[in-house]
Amino acid sequence: MKQKVNPVSRFFVKILGNEKYQKFTIPVFAIILSLIVGAVVIAVLGKNPLSAYMNLLQGSGILPKIKYAGGKSMLTDFFSFMNYWTPMIFAALAVAVALKAGLFNIGISGQMLAAGFIASITVGYSTLPAAIAKPLVILIAIVVGGLVGALIGWLKYQFNINEVVSSIMLNYIIQYVVAFFINTRYVDPVSRQSTNVSDAARLTLMNTPIGGFKFDIPLGIILAVIMAFVIQFVFNKTTFGYELKAVGSNRKAAQYAGINVGKNMILAMLISGALSGLAGATYYLGYFCSIQPKVLAATGFDSIAVSLLGNSNPIGILFSSFLISVMGKGSTYMSSTAGLDAEIASVITGLILLFSACGAFIQYKVKRAKDRIDEIEKNKGMEGTK
Amino acid sequence: MLDKVIIDGLSFALPLFIMAIGGIYSERSGITNLALEGLQGAGAFIGALVAVLLMQTMGADSQIPYYAAMLFAMIGGMLYAMLHALLCVKFKANQVISGVVINILAMALTAFLTKVINRVVFAAPSDKFVLGVSARWTIPGLSSIPVLGAVFKDIYPFELIIVVVAVIAWYVLYKTKYGLHLRACGDNPHAVDAAGIDVGKIRFTAVMVSGALSGLAGMCFAYSISANYSSAIYVGYGYLSIAALIFGNWKIVPTLAACLLFGFAKSGGYQLVQTLGMPSSYSDLVMILPYVLTLLLLVFFSKHNDAPKALGEIYDKGKR
Repeated sequence: MKQKVNPVSRFFVKILGNEKYQKFTIPVFAIILSLIVGAVVIAVLGKNPLSAYMNLLQGSGILPKIKYAGGKSMLTDFFSFMNYWTPMIFAALAVAVALKAGLFNIGISGQMLAAGFIASITVGYSTLPAAIAKPLVILIAIVVGGLVGALIGWLKYQFNINEVVSSIMLNYIIQYVVAFFINTRYVDPVSRQSTNVSDAARLTLMNTPIGGFKFDIPLGIILAVIMAFVIQFVFNKTTFGYELKAVGSNRKAAQYAGINVGKNMILAMLISGALSGLAGATYYLGYFCSIQPKVLAATGFDSIAVSLLGNSNPIGILFSSFLISVMGKGSTYMSSTAGLDAEIASVITGLILLFSACGAFIQYKVKRAKDRIDEIEKNKGMEGTK
Repeated sequence: MLDKVIIDGLSFALPLFIMAIGGIYSERSGITNLALEGLQGAGAFIGALVAVLLMQTMGADSQIPYYAAMLFAMIGGMLYAMLHALLCVKFKANQVISGVVINILAMALTAFLTKVINRVVFAAPSDKFVLGVSARWTIPGLSSIPVLGAVFKDIYPFELIIVVVAVIAWYVLYKTKYGLHLRACGDNPHAVDAAGIDVGKIRFTAVMVSGALSGLAGMCFAYSISANYSSAIYVGYGYLSIAALIFGNWKIVPTLAACLLFGFAKSGGYQLVQTLGMPSSYSDLVMILPYVLTLLLLVFFSKHNDAPKALGEIYDKGKR
């Protein structure tokens, strides 16, 4: 009996088969696959996919553009990209922390909005100097976001209210209440948004001149990266992280093991909410400086997918949020340069997430193919000894 | 005024309800369905596209585009839902991830395609399909009953469609063999498998049903709320209907009650603001009524809120 192995599957087993690196290789494989599909779509529309992808990177300040307006450089674009990237990191980390405890925080947008709004009206509209205002914005955002998150956790623990439902309800409630206050008290009659917060309170230093160029420096990015490493440490090296994982994987077993399930669930939601609060602060008082009433930030929903693309691992999230943010930030430049609709970037983002969601399937297929190849090799070896 | 509360309340509650039934089908079969939001948008996109194409040839007065839109929205939603089914059943993807991704992709794809189709087919730089306002019917006789008569007054034709579809959906889920198998899939898929029934197939069809019903709901929202199709369709009613079905404990009749609560609280609050002559910004404050009410009710009624036992679990034959 002779069996043949398809050279294509042999190739895939070779690059994806090593289980040690699969955490990394499979998402990368999914991303490449979706970029190829995206390229086909762009080609069908009659544009050059390669230059369109280059435009995305150029728009995000990762590759140099052909020419720059006065006072701008590649670094200007990259800083502005980081400004856009920061809230996404916080939001995706928020998803990851809740998920660790087996909770699904779909209310990140609402928590962001609540934190951003309260920080705006307390500090943003005050005359406090920057040295006090900026830390205060961060503190208030953490507290407000954390409280909303903790409320969801408490409702779940105390009354068995499904966290998905309560956070959706809270999303609506926060959205309408904030819209009410903005429209009655804080509205800017021209833009129909809330009035701009003071520069002192804003977490992004806008138009800062350095060496002849101007930069929008997002202070939050430093905190976001530190946060990712801190959470990674908490997950892997602390008792609390271990307990969260235990609660997340099997609530009953955790309880029998003597872990306080309620406390851990509320705490996880508190931290998740606090991170959402930071996302809100860097979004509404950083990337933007005002709030559009009755609109929830798409970041809150996208972050769920970003977090999962990063395997819910804080360091993985740094990479996945980077990639998704490049798509979002670069799309404006791509649409103006290549004449493509900016929406094509979100379609490709969707494809990336779609293919990544199939990661388990790819892993399964690769393992099947690998087992078959091993089997055949073994048979061959036995034939040789005969 | 009470009439208006009932009329507007029903026209909002019924689409929400039919979408929630779709969600119930999917979740009772064991597939978590956060994709309702995307399914209703994608379904309505196909429906709206068919409607505008037909309106070009038939003229604006014809009623055919309206019903064709409903039909094709169901077909479109069903086809798009197959993606979710494929991911969850065949590719064994995490169902929560899949749902969220389906939503994101639906928003991106429909926004992109609406723009491209408008440019290429209709030569107009627009990001929406204009549908026109739906006709409204008043049933003579019944509508003159005091108070309750409002139920039969100024109804959108789609409300009747929804009632008929909902009754059929209820019958299928609770009174047929297929419905029994479906519900068993969500609680004990291994027993279903042992009885010689294909769990994957049942779950696949259940998700398709949820897509069809969501598509219908999306089309109704497009006709009743905005009179056109644009990305404004993604305002979160899909998530709201998920809330309704969880509130309704994954059962059809209690879910109807939850949807009616949302509908009447919404229209009631709106009318209240208007009759009291409050400035329009106060309507935002009143809009929180249905959601606050839900949270309060959940505090009292959540003790016995139990999801289907195998909900969200990937079915693995070998695992017992």
